Amino acid sequence: MQTSKAQISSLRLEGVTKRFPGILACDHVSIEVKAGQILALVGENGAGKSTLMNILMGLYQPDEGRILINGHETRFRSPNDAYACGIGMVHQHFMLVPNLTVTENVALGSKDFQSFLKLDLKGARHRIAEVSERYGLPVQPDAYVDQLSVGEQQRVELVKTLCFGTRFLILDEPTSALTPQETDELISLLKRMSGDISIIFISHKLNEVKALSDTVTVLRRGSVVYRGETKDNSSQELAALMTGHEVNLPHNACEDGCGNVLVSIKDLKVKSDRGNLAVDGLSLDIRSGEILGLAGVSGNGQRELADVLAGLRKAVSGSIMLEEINVFGKSPREIIDAGFGYIPEDRHDEGIVPTFSIRENLILKDFATPRFRIGPFLRLKESEKNAEDLVRRFDVRCSSQETAAGSLSGGNIQKVILARELARQPKALVSVYPTRGLDMGASEFIHTKLLELRTSGVAILLISEELEEIMNLSDRIAVIYKGRIVKILKSSEATRARLGLLMAGVQEDGGVA
Amino acid sequence: MNPVDLVLNILTIGVPFSVALLLASTGEMFNQRAGIFNLGCEGIMAMGAFLAFLPPYFLKDVLSPDTANLLGLMIAVFAGALLGILFAVVTILFRAPQGISGIGLQMLGVGIAGTLFRHFVGGVTGVPGIANFPIPGLSKISFLGPVLFDLNPVAYFAFLLVPISWFVLFKTPWGLRVRAVGTHPRAADTMGINVARVRFQALALGGAFAGLAGAYLSLCQAKMFADDLVAGRGFIAVALVYFGRWHPLGILGGSLLFSIAQSFQLSVQVWGIDFPYEFAVMLPYVLVIVVLALARKSNKRSPAALGKPYDREKRV
Amino acid sequence: MKTERTSTLKFARESAYFTLIVLGAIVAAVGIGAFVLKLIGVNPIDVYLVILTEPLKDIYGITEILVRTSPLILIALGIAIAFRSGILNIGAEGQMQIGIISAAAIALAFPELPKPILLPMVLIIGAIGGALWGGIAGYLKARMGVNEILSTVMLNYIAAQVYGFLLRGPMIDPEELTVGSGTPQTIRLPRAAWLDRLIPGTRLHAGLIIALVMAVLVYLLLWRTTTGFRLRASGAEPRAARFAGIHVERSLIIAMLFSGGFAGLAGAIELTGVHRRAIESISSGYGFSGIVVALFGGLHPAFIVPSAIFFGLLLIGADMTQRAMAVPANMVLVLQGAIILSIVSAQSFFKDPYAKDKFLRRLSSIHLPRQKKKNAPTSDRGGKR
Repeated sequence: MQTSKAQISSLRLEGVTKRFPGILACDHVSIEVKAGQILALVGENGAGKSTLMNILMGLYQPDEGRILINGHETRFRSPNDAYACGIGMVHQHFMLVPNLTVTENVALGSKDFQSFLKLDLKGARHRIAEVSERYGLPVQPDAYVDQLSVGEQQRVELVKTLCFGTRFLILDEPTSALTPQETDELISLLKRMSGDISIIFISHKLNEVKALSDTVTVLRRGSVVYRGETKDNSSQELAALMTGHEVNLPHNACEDGCGNVLVSIKDLKVKSDRGNLAVDGLSLDIRSGEILGLAGVSGNGQRELADVLAGLRKAVSGSIMLEEINVFGKSPREIIDAGFGYIPEDRHDEGIVPTFSIRENLILKDFATPRFRIGPFLRLKESEKNAEDLVRRFDVRCSSQETAAGSLSGGNIQKVILARELARQPKALVSVYPTRGLDMGASEFIHTKLLELRTSGVAILLISEELEEIMNLSDRIAVIYKGRIVKILKSSEATRARLGLLMAGVQEDGGVA
Repeated sequence: MNPVDLVLNILTIGVPFSVALLLASTGEMFNQRAGIFNLGCEGIMAMGAFLAFLPPYFLKDVLSPDTANLLGLMIAVFAGALLGILFAVVTILFRAPQGISGIGLQMLGVGIAGTLFRHFVGGVTGVPGIANFPIPGLSKISFLGPVLFDLNPVAYFAFLLVPISWFVLFKTPWGLRVRAVGTHPRAADTMGINVARVRFQALALGGAFAGLAGAYLSLCQAKMFADDLVAGRGFIAVALVYFGRWHPLGILGGSLLFSIAQSFQLSVQVWGIDFPYEFAVMLPYVLVIVVLALARKSNKRSPAALGKPYDREKRV
Repeated sequence: MKTERTSTLKFARESAYFTLIVLGAIVAAVGIGAFVLKLIGVNPIDVYLVILTEPLKDIYGITEILVRTSPLILIALGIAIAFRSGILNIGAEGQMQIGIISAAAIALAFPELPKPILLPMVLIIGAIGGALWGGIAGYLKARMGVNEILSTVMLNYIAAQVYGFLLRGPMIDPEELTVGSGTPQTIRLPRAAWLDRLIPGTRLHAGLIIALVMAVLVYLLLWRTTTGFRLRASGAEPRAARFAGIHVERSLIIAMLFSGGFAGLAGAIELTGVHRRAIESISSGYGFSGIVVALFGGLHPAFIVPSAIFFGLLLIGADMTQRAMAVPANMVLVLQGAIILSIVSAQSFFKDPYAKDKFLRRLSSIHLPRQKKKNAPTSDRGGKR
């Protein structure tokens, strides 16, 4: 793509509307950014922020509305057009081709380095060095992207966008994979850059919004509900605007009522897909009636640990005991029968079979138990009764129990999963990112149910990337770093700063993990 | 039979046999690198074989044999590209599942070729075809000379294609785009690459090569056309891409391996070994299964987006 | 809040979408066939008319349709089980041949057994033969991740060679070698291994009844048993099935055993009901026709039966046009290929919520004024992910 040297003195979106099947993602949204400004676009998950920015980037076409650059109406038919105007985006899920080098990725997106037959990798490398130096973002140009760490990849994503000559930068949830310290670094970097680059910064983390932006626009359910100066509002006020009501997530009162150790993991070693040890000697005890939160930057072994607890991955060595039963190396069926419940990370494709009805999904783990079958045949009446009961108790919004579960909203899908797991009365529950992508109402429901479960004596392992969720719900918090538990804190002793340091591998005694 | 003669014999039969596989497989490599596997390759080869056969058969009194052959090759390549584009329309525009669509294309291709053949030609007839062209000088080298340098012109092209396709795939902007589109189409899209267009181009190229491969079978190798001429080579070509780890060199090696297996049935007769004919014919197909079973580790090197349709409007 | 008028309008628009797609698919398939027919100088309308009407003109024609229908139903049932379980079985042709040869071998090995024992045994062994052949591909996919389309296609070629070898060698009718022309075929099966004919003077045999009974059983299997639940879950979303403790790999193998078994059974009834000896082109493309029948029947037993009748009609009609109008036999392949492409394209349109949405909105922009804002436009309520 060609890059324009023209400064963007003002960028306006007017009345932009975008529909998806069954969803009105953006409803007559208007925003405005001036040169050298940092605008924060704030809203809950699903409020329409990413959709709006994708429209600005030319990935989606708006159904109504227009885009005005320096007062002229422009249409972006593809990302090429957006780049030509100098708009670039750092995506939440990195848009880097993993099996190519950093240089190849940059060359891929820039016509400057492509002639008919020749690929000008030298020129690309040169441009990368320029940008790196100018903004203080060191990268390794000849490294393959899939071998870089998450933090490095984000730097590459940023450098790549800047190499395309971006004068107007959009950042979509840039800190989701960073430690609190890395986040601070990024924020100061962005502040420095806002001198010659305007920035739109998408986030739902209000402390970052306060630290970084000049102006803020709040989106709720696809509409703009507030537009103003950041300094005029407190985080509480912004949160209230985001959700539309007073936010009060359930809080764990944390009386010491925890019982015996129910789940005992000792010295677990698990290989990652790449062959290295993602979990490297991890030991953890979870007691009955306790919520143990696992805090850590994603990529430190949580996925592998969760997979092993579900029986989907074979650990190399170690032991996992649930009461007296050793579940190390057992199949998913055996682990389920031993008394483990599981709320998976991907609710749509791992928690339910999307094309199966709600009724069938509710018996997904139990269809072969005596209650739901007779000989080789399924007991339809019994599963219908079961579904009726659970749908009512868990307030699953659906037109009938025969509706395909995949067509439900995220919150309702999570309720179906929760209903199924809780109805089985597990002894222990592993819950992975349970409220990711859900709105406040659904999150509140999930948290309430988890706390109820805790009261009834279940041992719960909560894996989450939202520090607030972990701090709100857990009795104890374990920090995972490079596949090991570096420290377990009592919830009362845990602060953001302390957890942040531990998550980055900084030992409390001054050493480094 | 002494061992040297044995090896020579195997190579003399095996090397030319590998050309059709090599051509089809290289084309399929571009398809799969771009993220799409085309099982209709067999059908495209059948069409290519038949169409290439037509001009020399019908126009032998009107055109010189060389012109007729050339015309046949060109028609086969063009038709192959068209069929590749048809497949692209079904799998990219309509987003139909690639596996079954490929089988549909295969049936269509084999069916049309067979129908037109039965109607216009009738029985199994031969054509003079394209003769071998010994490279002066090189073909006289003892031992390897006749094997490597006394081949069909199309065969020379096929072997030249190996380094050419390597260059195109790894050193040109288009090849970079193909690799990007087959691994992370959304990233390529955000960088301004038209994912659908690149895939269409790759499928057209793949189809063209498959058509040429079919033409080689009828004009150069068998020098005739019959219903069962292709005999599963199109499917073997698709399997070869997995075997060759989506790399031109691997595909070259695989083609030679499989063609030697295929030529085994001829060699058996030459050597006068008492081996049941049917089991010799079976060999390449069994080999494909064995190779696929052993090659599971290569899944890591496969283009990550292989087989998945790309939808820009899909919410991530 | 929707008024009565808007919901009828919405229904009308959705039906329009549905009809347009179906029409488009039909036009495409018929059109491709017509194009090829024109190339060989035949009037497509004449051909289509003959195919659709000639076979229905007398009882013999109708029974011949049903003779084709029986193996098609069985094979399509097996394919439906496989496809629904997430494994694309293209090997029905080879599985059928192995079934035939196993059945023939047993029938010829025990000619003295009485009918109530020999016939069921022959049919069951035929099914088992096909099941094992299909099981190979199932095992390869489950344990080694081998692409099942490639493996089943290869197994087709291998089965053809095995069949040919046995038929030309160990199992050939000795008389063919001495006084006959060397045609690869076995001797006639003992009468005790013959499936009864239902209508004298025709070739319609009891295999049809077996096929219909199997259709009912397959429905029960898929939707009323625990095994069927496992199979469908594995095919619909293997990740979720694994999380739920379902053994997906085992389901794949079971699905292929069933699928191959049905193909083998189809071969066995064709052997014992129609030809009563193993001959060369006995399976004659049923394996591939069965795939089209299954797809056309939406992979559901209730629709597979009428679909099989339709394709039986198609096959007989094609035979007739081959004789009467010199339309080559390969034309059937052309039609089948075109139908497959049309069906999968149409199905894709049905499943694609974005295409449908775009279409409906374009239609609605002609009729209604500004779209009302939906109640909950976020991704968390009332919408697909």
